Amino acid sequence: MMFAAAAAGVVITMLLVLVRSLVGPNIYNRILSVNTFGTLSVMLIAIYGFVDDRPEFLDLALTYALINFIGTIAVTKYVTFSDMGHGDDGDPMGDI
Amino acid sequence: MLAPILDALSWIFIIAGIVFCLIGGYGIIKLKDFFARLHAASLIDTLGIGLVFVGLILQAGFTLVAAKLVLILIFVFFTSPTATYALARAAINHDVLPEVETDEERELVRLSKTKEARAPQ
Repeated sequence: MMFAAAAAGVVITMLLVLVRSLVGPNIYNRILSVNTFGTLSVMLIAIYGFVDDRPEFLDLALTYALINFIGTIAVTKYVTFSDMGHGDDGDPMGDI
Repeated sequence: MLAPILDALSWIFIIAGIVFCLIGGYGIIKLKDFFARLHAASLIDTLGIGLVFVGLILQAGFTLVAAKLVLILIFVFFTSPTATYALARAAINHDVLPEVETDEERELVRLSKTKEARAPQ
């Protein structure tokens, strides 16, 4: 029961964060919001594993944490350089 | 004998973590400029997930579940500041600047851009 209450708190926070990704004035606000949403979904999956008493969900949470980080860095890099790596002219675009 | 104490302690940690999450979510909506919102988001990424996971570890006891939770926690503690840093650098290099009042602060904002971004001016 208490785990369900904790999960409800996380879901409410996710809704609050989602508002910023919808109204956010520029792309950076949206990336920030989606990154935080990802962190909150890691928490939600971990708590859900305890609600349902199925510890396998922690593996999913770990995978979500990995994908969330890679995704944030990739989108930030794409927005900054309009490219995911080396440009057509062989010029290294730099790491972010 | 120890079990009820650990249980109560874990719930205190989890509730504190959820409260920090709600405060962070409110801050992301309410605060005025991008860097202030970044500050609110980092509250969720550190204290929110940290306290909730410490509470879950106390619930799990000394098991494989606790080890996995520790792994996730360590990973998030390393990656979340990295992502925040990359995002703040990208934003400040693309002229999303903090709202400041004095000249001294404006000079600090200008200096905070990286060398490549400052060069064209």
